[in-house]
Amino acid sequence: MADDPTIGAMLDRHGVSRRTFIKYCTAMASVLALPPLVGRAIAEQLRVAQRPSVIYLSFQECTGCLESMTRSFSPTIESLIFNIISLDYDDTLMAAAGAQAEAAREKAMKDNYGKYIVVVDGSVPVADDGVYSCAGGRSAVDILTEAAKGAAAIVCVGTCSSFGGIPFADPNPTGARAVSDLIGNKPIINVSGCPPIPEVITLTLLQYVSTGKLPDLDEHLRPKVFFGNTIHDRCYRRPFYDEGKFAKSFDDEGARNGWCLFELGCKGPTTYNACATIKWNNGTSFPIESGHPCLGCSEPGFWDNGSFYSALATPHWGKAGEVRPADVAKLAGAAAALGAAVGVGSAMLARHRQKMTVGTPDTED
Amino acid sequence: MDLLELARGPALKVAVVVFCVGVVWRIVNIILLHYRRNFNEPRNGFAKSVLGGIKVAGSRSWPHPEFIPRTGAGEALGYSYHIGLFIVILAFGPHITFFGSFVGVRWPNLPSGVITIASVLTFTLLLAVLFRRVTNRVLRMLSNFDDYFSWFVTTLVIVTGMMTTAHFGGPYQTLLGLHILSFDLLLIWFPFGKLMHSFYIFPSRSLNGALLSRKGAAS
Repeated sequence: MADDPTIGAMLDRHGVSRRTFIKYCTAMASVLALPPLVGRAIAEQLRVAQRPSVIYLSFQECTGCLESMTRSFSPTIESLIFNIISLDYDDTLMAAAGAQAEAAREKAMKDNYGKYIVVVDGSVPVADDGVYSCAGGRSAVDILTEAAKGAAAIVCVGTCSSFGGIPFADPNPTGARAVSDLIGNKPIINVSGCPPIPEVITLTLLQYVSTGKLPDLDEHLRPKVFFGNTIHDRCYRRPFYDEGKFAKSFDDEGARNGWCLFELGCKGPTTYNACATIKWNNGTSFPIESGHPCLGCSEPGFWDNGSFYSALATPHWGKAGEVRPADVAKLAGAAAALGAAVGVGSAMLARHRQKMTVGTPDTED
Repeated sequence: MDLLELARGPALKVAVVVFCVGVVWRIVNIILLHYRRNFNEPRNGFAKSVLGGIKVAGSRSWPHPEFIPRTGAGEALGYSYHIGLFIVILAFGPHITFFGSFVGVRWPNLPSGVITIASVLTFTLLLAVLFRRVTNRVLRMLSNFDDYFSWFVTTLVIVTGMMTTAHFGGPYQTLLGLHILSFDLLLIWFPFGKLMHSFYIFPSRSLNGALLSRKGAAS
């Protein structure tokens, strides 16, 4: 926990005026789709709030989520970790290493028992006693279980910690699990995405710190304010979908004209995230704006949902998922052969039955 | 596995297999049935009989002028919703993607607005067809489970499709899953009900026409 008792005291020390702080909080409220007056309430709450201790645990991950978080513009990562929270453990960002780092984690957990926030980045492997992700000689599942005991809440950053992500993909050799699969008795917020939008991570933390409550969550424990709409619903290319104008390949006229990428495999209609509204790099753009279909990275099992480049409205069976005309022809051919055999058999049976009952001297075969 | 994955995955695969087995089974079965040997002296040769059969298939697809006042409305309804179905099934972009992935060929699509209008009109016509079936005494007495269930599976696909396009009634992936599942149901029912008329209608009319033409009785 920081030495300063409250966030307000910290801001005063840095010479941040009340007006500036209220403007900042109003902007936060606006991004969170809250009424402007709530900004004032957030400001009041934040000023008297203590900077909560945050323990950032990295497990089976690629550090992309942390990379993303460091690129948050509003609030910035430095504003977040110096003014809003007390980041007491993050083995990637902290100066300490080895035993010193682990000691910092243990001290933070002991000093703030029941009050600290655990942020988890990466899935948790449980196969073979969890040997596939260890730090300080302990498995990820051990570290998580211990940290979760005294946590006020757990924030899962990224699809790996939220749903298992890429390590969870078939055949999942490490037995990767989502945090919510392992921890059942603590409030959990999933901020999914591969990686999540930087501002979605920081604003989720900010909202929790300022209100002390969990935000409204969807069925996947994601904040509804960011994950309430599909990419498709808010996509600027949606009118082209409605008009039936689709890019058929990445270099055709439709692609050059910025038409809908549905037929190129866009998963926007089934993906809940704020990419189309908050966007990336301080609101510069998002993948569809760059001409690439949405991969659906914030959804459970996105890595196993077939090819990124096969449209949602296409057959999807077999190991690889993507069905080719030759596969269909083989299947249909085999089925037709079976049908023909059944047809011949049943016709023969019918003829035999007819012969037995009425006789058919005047029939031709 | 969620609903969409089930619908476009194993359920669709099973439906395609059942459809192919069923359709080929029924067609082969009919081809191999006994047919009475025709001892009549043919009035027309083989080529003329075949041409006559094709002609009859066309002429029987249109009401005789004398009967238009009595059957015209019903035929108009039938033709209209069939045309609507063809437009919706074959001219909507995502449908072309779907069928294109089966056959490896794609074709131009119509604007989604046109498809929406066609869907609403087709649905309305399907309701009118059902209304006519249950209010017309003769039709009602002729109808059985097959007629109503075939109507139901056809209409269900249209309704779930409209809901999916409009994002009405639930998340898109659920609606799309329901839409594809309803299509799977249609495929499974297809060979065993009156939907098989799609395969039978023109061959049977042509065959009847050819037989009549052979006798010199085709009109």
